[in-house]
Amino acid sequence: MSAGLLELGAAAARAEIDAGRLSAAELFDFYRDRAAADRDADGSGLGCFTWVAAEAPAGARDGSPPLAGVPLAVKDLFCTRGVPSQSGSRILEGYLPPYTATVVSRLAEAGAPLFAKTNQDEFAMGSSTENSGFGPSRNPWDRDRVPGGSSGGSAAAVAAGLAPWALGTDTGGSIRQPAALCGIVGMKPTYGSVSRYGMIAFASSLDQAGPLTRDVGDAALLLLHMVGRDPCDATSLEFPGSLATPTAERLDGVRLGVPGELSGEGIEAGVLDAFNAALEQARGLGAEITGVTLPHAPHALAAYYVIAPAEASSNLARFDGVRYGMRHIDDARPEDLVAMYTRTRHDGFGPEVKRRVMLGTYALSSGYYDAYYGRAQQVRTKIAEDFRAAFEEVDLIVTPTAPTVAFELGEKTGDPLAMYLNDYCTVPMSLAGIPAISIPCGLSEGLPVGIQIAGPAFSDARVLDAAHALEGALGFDGSAALV
Amino acid sequence: MSEAAAGNGAAPGGLEAVIGLEIHVQLATATKMFCSCALSFGEPPNTHTCPVCLGLPGSLPVANARAVHFGLMIGLALGSELAPRSIFHRKNYFYPDLPKGYQISQYDEPLCLGGALGEVRIHRVHLEEDAAKLIHVGASGRIHGSDASLVDFNRGGTPLAEIVTEPDLRTPEQAGEWLRLLRTTLRALGVSDVNMEEGSLRCDANISLRPAGSGQLGVKTELKNMNSFRFIERGIKAEIARQAKVIETGGTVVQETLHFDPDSGAITSLRSKEEAHDYRYFPEPDLLPVTIEPAMLEQARAAMPELPAQRAQRLTAELGLSEDSARALAFRGELAPYFEAALAAGADPAPEPQALANWVTVELLPRLQDGEDPGGSRVAPAALAELVGLVGAKRVSVGAARQVLDRLVSDGGDAGAIVEQEGLGAIGGGEELEAVVAAAIAANADAAERVRQGNAKAIGPIVGQVMRETKGRADGTEVASLINAQLGV
Repeated sequence: MSAGLLELGAAAARAEIDAGRLSAAELFDFYRDRAAADRDADGSGLGCFTWVAAEAPAGARDGSPPLAGVPLAVKDLFCTRGVPSQSGSRILEGYLPPYTATVVSRLAEAGAPLFAKTNQDEFAMGSSTENSGFGPSRNPWDRDRVPGGSSGGSAAAVAAGLAPWALGTDTGGSIRQPAALCGIVGMKPTYGSVSRYGMIAFASSLDQAGPLTRDVGDAALLLLHMVGRDPCDATSLEFPGSLATPTAERLDGVRLGVPGELSGEGIEAGVLDAFNAALEQARGLGAEITGVTLPHAPHALAAYYVIAPAEASSNLARFDGVRYGMRHIDDARPEDLVAMYTRTRHDGFGPEVKRRVMLGTYALSSGYYDAYYGRAQQVRTKIAEDFRAAFEEVDLIVTPTAPTVAFELGEKTGDPLAMYLNDYCTVPMSLAGIPAISIPCGLSEGLPVGIQIAGPAFSDARVLDAAHALEGALGFDGSAALV
Repeated sequence: MSEAAAGNGAAPGGLEAVIGLEIHVQLATATKMFCSCALSFGEPPNTHTCPVCLGLPGSLPVANARAVHFGLMIGLALGSELAPRSIFHRKNYFYPDLPKGYQISQYDEPLCLGGALGEVRIHRVHLEEDAAKLIHVGASGRIHGSDASLVDFNRGGTPLAEIVTEPDLRTPEQAGEWLRLLRTTLRALGVSDVNMEEGSLRCDANISLRPAGSGQLGVKTELKNMNSFRFIERGIKAEIARQAKVIETGGTVVQETLHFDPDSGAITSLRSKEEAHDYRYFPEPDLLPVTIEPAMLEQARAAMPELPAQRAQRLTAELGLSEDSARALAFRGELAPYFEAALAAGADPAPEPQALANWVTVELLPRLQDGEDPGGSRVAPAALAELVGLVGAKRVSVGAARQVLDRLVSDGGDAGAIVEQEGLGAIGGGEELEAVVAAAIAANADAAERVRQGNAKAIGPIVGQVMRETKGRADGTEVASLINAQLGV
């Protein structure tokens, strides 16, 4: 039934396995083979994968776990024992961790075995996956265009049907933006709800793992098995309340707030059209649409590009050539420790990583800390307060996910600031630590547009419910991207 | 600290030294500061490591609650203000012994603020993680000229409390003495092995000079990592001398970090202020603030033992010891328990407490090797108690008792038995001593005559002979009065 397998979403595949009409092994092999074909296609593939399993992990098919054996693609930056985990960086080329990230272990135990690792921007720094040290990924809707980033490999793989579902991470939009550009669902849960243990850190106070899936139901199903306190992550906590597979089909009485700051200037006309059409659909489902204001949101990007690089400059200090990964000796000064550090980091890091390490180092420097890092943290607090105030008036906030549709490879690589603007609508939620989902809401110029739905901290279930209802009304068809 | 307490001050030429200490204390928790690896010392390299203390990608720290508990106990012992909320910061710098490229430490919101120990004020106490250990392979064992450097991560991540004093010390001796008191206090708390040789207690000193009596502080230098009490005193002394020479020859002291080489006595510069690191401190985003719940505070309070300063007060109040004796016993942690064990040994006749204290500090300690714990010596507390009791009852003379103590130190054993064996029991008040005295007078007729004529000093040779004859068993005072009586003086 291979032809039909591709049509099955993850939850549907699980149901087939549970009903005995499909074996987990067959499903695993199906996706493993498709992923391997993409990997082996070199330049003509989508470049989604950095590693593909040779065979299903032992024990993965035993019993009848809740996720039934539906295989999972995982972003490169999750540490996976004995499997290359490089965070898209040459400095970690071939690095085999001795342990597995908590969330990957949890999902494997729940019956979603790892079958492939996906491409990403180096250390999750980027919005196009062009910053990968292992070559770019491509958008299955148009191979000359980027899939977004930094979780671009995961998003493209799910959109193309090369993975039933995938894990990504979101720091300023790295799940939501590629999900939008690839026409799939991507969710950043509330900060702290999913363990970060084993995620190669970019910006610790912002990084959060989340699902990339074909529909909202799959996202909820995966998230359900991801959340929960991890004794190895001091910032994780027990998820309050319960998550369930969403069933809502209406939005009666739900107050949706549209922040003017994130839905006007700077947003491409075609994106705004699709967004506004989606709002009409929501109204048709009974939602009440009102304007809200997030006065500090326009400063979010500036604050983010201080805080995230500052944390990154420290998080990436461990890549020094001493213990693991690349070590390059300076031939001119072979016995000089600093020369070894310099040569290794010079050769191992790509330009965007170096740019951010320098930005962050500067922002934390003596004499500049208050003006940059301290100030950015104040802005962050203000943004969180803005959201709290807005959620006094509305239940959820909706914005376009990204200001544009997928852009062409190379189009923005020479202009970092233009690249950073991709996160304009997603960064405020990251700074506030609140849950936000992107679902596809239509096409512009034949390319997908995403709508973002955000809610207060730990309202993840409500966000999923609303997304599920709206998804049903929108009826987005992503099958054009399947390969 | 008062000027009087500063003693004779090591700084010459009307200059006064101002000394502050930074002490790193390895906490004796079961596991490391931010992971569950067991603490270790002297084990095969890199056998107590995990992704967290190796700084592997993706690993995260989790703070050790026991270390926080110990930190609170230290704060209580020093009378510090305990911060209801303190935070960990990252201290960023590159070095191979620092696997993450930053040390998790505390910066502007430490666990404990202020306080005092003895006459030295405490600036702050904070928690942090220890670095790994570098082993330089090659003939010298030092980094320069080594063939290679290896990293042993067993030590990496060991919990440290850093205790910073105010610049209240004035002399090297004072610094050494105060550090001993701190060590005793920490040992009493049970929070650390406080072993300088093994590095569980490490000390840096900030040193500056100023005109004696000036209220201003001079430019300070930091003397790093002196690993014994002797080196600390010698190192500070050498640095004071160096700075004094700089000033006396018209130079200015430069702010820098220095290393003292105990072998050569040389002081060398590690880095100057210009080369000082910019540590780019910022709040550690992987950890939540440390909030001290009332229950944690209660637990720390309940775990507090009697501290040396309290013990000294008690010894004076309850036993009538002089303040000097009480401090001498209490401030060297191993002495007071030994003293109290001796007092409680039930010796008959019982020793008088002040006499026992004197025997411990004045007689026993100098007979032991430098720094040896009397509790670990061959002299059982009960044996010393018996000996001092016998002296008090005049059944053994002081001189004979010293001989007994020599035997106890070398061979151990029972004081009474040695007295018996060696025939060292006091002779006095009896015919035996009268006869010895009479014989001595007869043998020293000239001296006896001069005593009779009023030259009291002439008694010496007669007393000497009695002592020789009695092998020191007689009491000198009694002997003198017997001689005078027989001579009719």
